[in-house]
Amino acid sequence: MAQVVLKQINKFYDSVHAVKDVNLTIHDKEFMVFVGPSGCGKTTTLRMVAGLEATSSGNILIGEQIVNDLPPMDRDIAMVFQNYALYPHMSVFDNMAFGLKMRKFDKAEIRQRVKQAADILGIEQLLDRKPRQLSGGQRQRVALGRAIVRNPQVFLFDEPLSNLDAKLRVQMRVELKKLHDRLGTTAIYVTHDQVEAMTLGDRVVVMRDGWVQQVGEPLELYNSPANKFVAGFIGSPAMNFCNVTVQDEAGELWLQNSGMRLRVPDGSAARLRSHVGREVTLGMRPEDLRVANSADPAGCCFDAVVEVVEQLGSEILLDVSVGNATMVAAVDPSLRTKVDEKLRLAVNPDRLHFFDVETEAAI
Amino acid sequence: MAILTADTVAAKTPPRRRLLEDERWLALVLLLPTAILLGLFIAYPFFRGIILAVTNARVGVPGQFVGLENFQRLAGDPIFHRVVWNTVWYTAVTTVFKLGLGLWLALLLNRSFKGKAYVRAFILLPFIIPTVLSTFAWKWMFDPTFSVLNWLMYHLSIIDRRINWLGDGDLAMISIIIVNIWRGVPFFAISLLAGLQTISPDLNEAAAIDGAKPLQRFWYITWPLLLPVTMVVVLFSVIQTFADFQIVYVMTGGGPANATHLFATYAYQLGVGTGLLSQGAAVSLAMFPILFLIVVVQLLYIRRVEIR
Amino acid sequence: MIEGAVWRRWVYFRLPLLLFILVLLFPFYWMLITSFRPDGELYRPWNAVNYNPFWTWKPTLAHVRYLLQETMFLKWLWNTMFIAIVSTVISLICGVFAGYALARLNFRFAGFLGTGIFITYLVPQTLLFIPLSEIIRNYRLGDTPWSLILTYPTFLIPFCTWLMMGYFKAIPKELEECARIDGASRWQAMLYIVVPVAVPGILSAGIFAFTLSWNEFIYALVFLSSPEQKTVPVGVVSELIRGDVFFWGPLMAGALLGSIPVALVYSFFVEHYVSGLTGSVKG
Repeated sequence: MAQVVLKQINKFYDSVHAVKDVNLTIHDKEFMVFVGPSGCGKTTTLRMVAGLEATSSGNILIGEQIVNDLPPMDRDIAMVFQNYALYPHMSVFDNMAFGLKMRKFDKAEIRQRVKQAADILGIEQLLDRKPRQLSGGQRQRVALGRAIVRNPQVFLFDEPLSNLDAKLRVQMRVELKKLHDRLGTTAIYVTHDQVEAMTLGDRVVVMRDGWVQQVGEPLELYNSPANKFVAGFIGSPAMNFCNVTVQDEAGELWLQNSGMRLRVPDGSAARLRSHVGREVTLGMRPEDLRVANSADPAGCCFDAVVEVVEQLGSEILLDVSVGNATMVAAVDPSLRTKVDEKLRLAVNPDRLHFFDVETEAAI
Repeated sequence: MAILTADTVAAKTPPRRRLLEDERWLALVLLLPTAILLGLFIAYPFFRGIILAVTNARVGVPGQFVGLENFQRLAGDPIFHRVVWNTVWYTAVTTVFKLGLGLWLALLLNRSFKGKAYVRAFILLPFIIPTVLSTFAWKWMFDPTFSVLNWLMYHLSIIDRRINWLGDGDLAMISIIIVNIWRGVPFFAISLLAGLQTISPDLNEAAAIDGAKPLQRFWYITWPLLLPVTMVVVLFSVIQTFADFQIVYVMTGGGPANATHLFATYAYQLGVGTGLLSQGAAVSLAMFPILFLIVVVQLLYIRRVEIR
Repeated sequence: MIEGAVWRRWVYFRLPLLLFILVLLFPFYWMLITSFRPDGELYRPWNAVNYNPFWTWKPTLAHVRYLLQETMFLKWLWNTMFIAIVSTVISLICGVFAGYALARLNFRFAGFLGTGIFITYLVPQTLLFIPLSEIIRNYRLGDTPWSLILTYPTFLIPFCTWLMMGYFKAIPKELEECARIDGASRWQAMLYIVVPVAVPGILSAGIFAFTLSWNEFIYALVFLSSPEQKTVPVGVVSELIRGDVFFWGPLMAGALLGSIPVALVYSFFVEHYVSGLTGSVKG
């Protein structure tokens, strides 16, 4: 059990700057999730922690040790790969025992550790089988078991659930969480799926193009995204963005574009003062939009025309056009509506997000 | 805060292990035996060969430097002219036939039929069995007095006088060509078959529906997709055939009257037969420029085909 | 797909195939039948009457007996086997190591060395045999099996390397990475994880190398001189021909018996041989 510190980490592949100035401290026993689109540098960072890639500059510390020059086998870490990477010519038992054998543990100890890990994961009956005889979920468990037996300081996960079908993925997510609660080992988890990030992480790191966009607890990222990218990445369906002009009308601030006119609540007005007369990007989450009723004041409502109706059972996703922009609203499933119908939608004024048009940073 | 524990870090891995962890050192260690063997027994003899060819060494007599005298002698040697012609002709004719027949056989094998696995295994035998041994069987078949081929053709009333397969210059060349083709067709067939199997049958079916006849389908779809494999196979075959020794040595020894001498057999006759080491080496080396040219041309062609 | 009448299938498919098989296999039948025909039948001129060359009613073991008793054929078989096996083992080890290094490791001269090995594959033995014979003599290796055991790898290693490169490239990198994280050094990961998974490739390369080694002739012809050192091809050529006289019976028996070991080994590993052959062409 140890903390992992990344100090000024950079990685260059020839002239490509893949990872840029990453500074991070992952606390002992923390489950840290790295999330971001393909090519954002999250996997590269993970591989540098593992020792599979060398850092171009910066230091990595595991526990109190600088591990930059240590080969993977000396870093006391374990990794679970996307493709499980089970040794095909060995039985499940030998797969799990391999790491211990390499470290010259005695046979009795090996057997005990493997049995223990197998019990935790529920795969005791599979110990004699070969990987090709196992299902995807079973293979994933063996991969986990291989990591557990080593009792390492840090677990590293490289998109371990991506190869599983949707249902299995949900199941394994829950199991992973339970596992972490039980073992308490520091973990670094890489994924492109923001749902996994939100549900599994104690804290989440959002990366893009090699830069860290934001670090924080899942709810923090959801409620207070640091920039437009994080806002659009976290949450599904994605946040709606449209550009509006800030207008001052007798001391009150209003947002105006071709399709709507909304009043800025007093709490946010201070921040937008300096943007009067200019455009800002407005963000509204689909789940914060609902069909307006008579009690909603005019400053929180706008008109929309329905384009597509997606009935999910638990909610309805409406693709609507507002002026010359389109948005998605997640509304109550009991709504009866059809295409081309005109609706009046309301938004919770405290759930408005604002971003600078050029820098995309949150205002 | 982070305590630099460099000493503890270094002490964990013994020095030799750390060295092999470096990709470059490990690569060096892994490649060393190969580099030594190939350096000692290919690179070194190659240069010795060049040196030999510019001396007048004979067996037991270390020679002195004579410059390009050996090559000049070859340039004026009528036997050498014949050798060059023979080798080029031999290589060209056999390659064309091996490609054609091999392709035909590959197309035939590209269907499923009962016993396919056995057929495929059996037809490789000419390629597997040591060339010298199977060539002897052919030599016996071609023997002017006892030839079974003559017997067959006589009884089919094709001929009424014996065919002097190995005694007549042109016929001898035809004989060795036949043996070379016999031996090479399986290699072409199996390799091309593997290439054919990578071509999805959907393509041919789509073309058939589009109205293309079998020959058109072959020319427009199968052949272009097969080209990369074909070029590689042809490249290997050309090199082997150009440098062929065993078939000619067994069948004719180079005769009659140098009608079937190739580079390799002539080099052998000069270097080992009459002990004129340097002249033999010169003949061997004379192969190199032509081989090099063929290889370069074909590699460029392959590169172009693959890019396309 | 040959659509249509049965006759089309026969003409376009079955008949050509049968002809191919016949032509490709006939010489072996000829070898077989000649080995067991008495001399009296063998040496009848081609146009003699009542002559059926394709069969004999009086099979004899005289030729085989001559071969085994009057020549050192069995010693040749042993020599050839020994040389083939040892050369193959050496070449496989070198080929596996070199193939791994070129396929998996990143180092500056990787491309250059890969091309270099490919080029040596293209240098035929008939180009090098004269200077090489001198070198062999200088190293005092002449007329020993070691002259061949050390030189055969020159054409076996490039092929093995190339084939193994293909197989190694197909093994996912994660396997090794996982092993290294588990505690294996690069060397251990290669030996315990990558090599076992590549065993089919090693078998293919091995069987192909084995047959190539049996097939080699010119080095064996030039480097070996005493009858007890010779390999089968060289022995058959030199000891069964006295001047102009060919002892066809024993010669064919020698050819037949000399072919059997290779054919036998091949028959057990046909699939591996074919993938070795096609692997070298597709790679």
